[in-house]
Amino acid sequence: MRALLLPVLALTPVWAKAPAPPRLLSQTGLYAAPGVVAARNLAYAPQYPLWTDGAAKARWIHLPAAIDGRDEAGWVFPVGTKAWKEFAFGGRKVETRLLWKTGPRTWVFASYAWNEAQTDAVLVPEGGLPDAAEVAPGLRHGIPSRADCRDCHGQERVEVLGFTALQLSPDRDPGALHGEPLRPGMVTLKELVARRLLQGARPDLLTRPPRIEAEPATRTALGYLQANCATCHRADRPIPGLDLDLRPQAALRTALAPGSFPVPGQPESRILSPGHPERSALLHRMASRNPVAQMPPLGTVRVDRAAVDHVRRWIADLPLVPSH
Amino acid sequence: MTLNRSFPLAALGLLLGASLAQAAAPAQPKLIRRGAYLVSIAGCHDCHTPLKMGAKGPEPDMTRMLSGHPDTLKMPPAPKLPEGPWGWAGSLTMTAFTGPWGVSYSANLTPDKETGLGSWTEAQFLQMVRTRRHLGQGRPILPPMPVQNLQLVSEPDLKAIFAYLQSIPAVHNRVPVPIEPAATPIPMH
Repeated sequence: MRALLLPVLALTPVWAKAPAPPRLLSQTGLYAAPGVVAARNLAYAPQYPLWTDGAAKARWIHLPAAIDGRDEAGWVFPVGTKAWKEFAFGGRKVETRLLWKTGPRTWVFASYAWNEAQTDAVLVPEGGLPDAAEVAPGLRHGIPSRADCRDCHGQERVEVLGFTALQLSPDRDPGALHGEPLRPGMVTLKELVARRLLQGARPDLLTRPPRIEAEPATRTALGYLQANCATCHRADRPIPGLDLDLRPQAALRTALAPGSFPVPGQPESRILSPGHPERSALLHRMASRNPVAQMPPLGTVRVDRAAVDHVRRWIADLPLVPSH
Repeated sequence: MTLNRSFPLAALGLLLGASLAQAAAPAQPKLIRRGAYLVSIAGCHDCHTPLKMGAKGPEPDMTRMLSGHPDTLKMPPAPKLPEGPWGWAGSLTMTAFTGPWGVSYSANLTPDKETGLGSWTEAQFLQMVRTRRHLGQGRPILPPMPVQNLQLVSEPDLKAIFAYLQSIPAVHNRVPVPIEPAATPIPMH
């Protein structure tokens, strides 16, 4: 029996425990010198940003090898990938989150809280750091726990959510809510292909870049739902008992499906009720910060008013039978 | 993470052949028995098995065992709560509760695929406990569920609880979603 056991035990280092994240952000490989991002780390900006209480964000990724881009909706990142996202409120850096792929199926999640002098950031405890910064009178941003990180980025198959074919598409939505302009030096699909950092993608990716095909208001609404809702609400990661997929190709079909969902005082409410924003639970929950109703349920304490206004208008104008 | 631990064990089972697989089978009833014991002593029935009125007073309705708030019981609007220190009220079934958090209903824990835990994976159940969130990803799990106590339960015991819940009779019972509290918060002190 011992002879049989040995080959199996020899396999275990492949799934060895992930290393601990460094104690300081400056030790993670983001910087070449204090305040100077290492040249090997590529800056990028997704066309549909996630709403985080109005935070100003900066993002970088380190790719030690090419991404496997055969599945356009689910890129597979090479071992050694590191992605950072910096959050600033009122011109002050508050936190930087790190995603680090340490093995074929292992990712390290870490958050770093910036010091008063803004010179470096310290690893946040696993349970997160509540009350890290005031984002509005009486409202404070909390740094999420590592379990919270996994909630959005996935349990077994982790993704770098803002670094996808759609998010890096040069065919950018001019109406994207809180859309950030591409600054010189930021990496896009074109640069990824040119640097041979994306392999296996369809040959016409650059001539026919990903785009949400819809009229402008719907394109913007579906792009927003993709970035802010579809990380959880998607058919390939089903939430038990809730057949809701808010990725662009399925959002209208699944949100318009029969069934009810309560909006207080609206007995006829559904997830999405064309022509009736007031009866649409999707809008109600976007606009609520009551813990029972709030969506997304974590990572934000302020309502995204611009998004609520757009989605309200979009639902009011939504035809009863969508054209797609 | 689960995969990391389970794969070598699965590979070991394959290598050692059917004899080990057969030896492992009796573990499941034992696991289920342990889960039943834990569910019993942890008080899960207290809120998830509705009470009905019997000859000797309220008694658990075991035809609805662990199926949560009965969807056939249409509840009128929750009573207006006093200004404290009285703070909450419950239904006679002990499955619906109103308090400063709003109105909450105890969940269907039976393995019904549409309305209970039938479509859940063990990993999702563990995630629900770990995150204290409805469905493991959504809103916080609401009072009076003592989910903080459940978080102290060891992972093997949580797996036993899940195995037991998957083994009991499925009851199709769609529990209402919770209701938000009134716009004006009730003073807590």
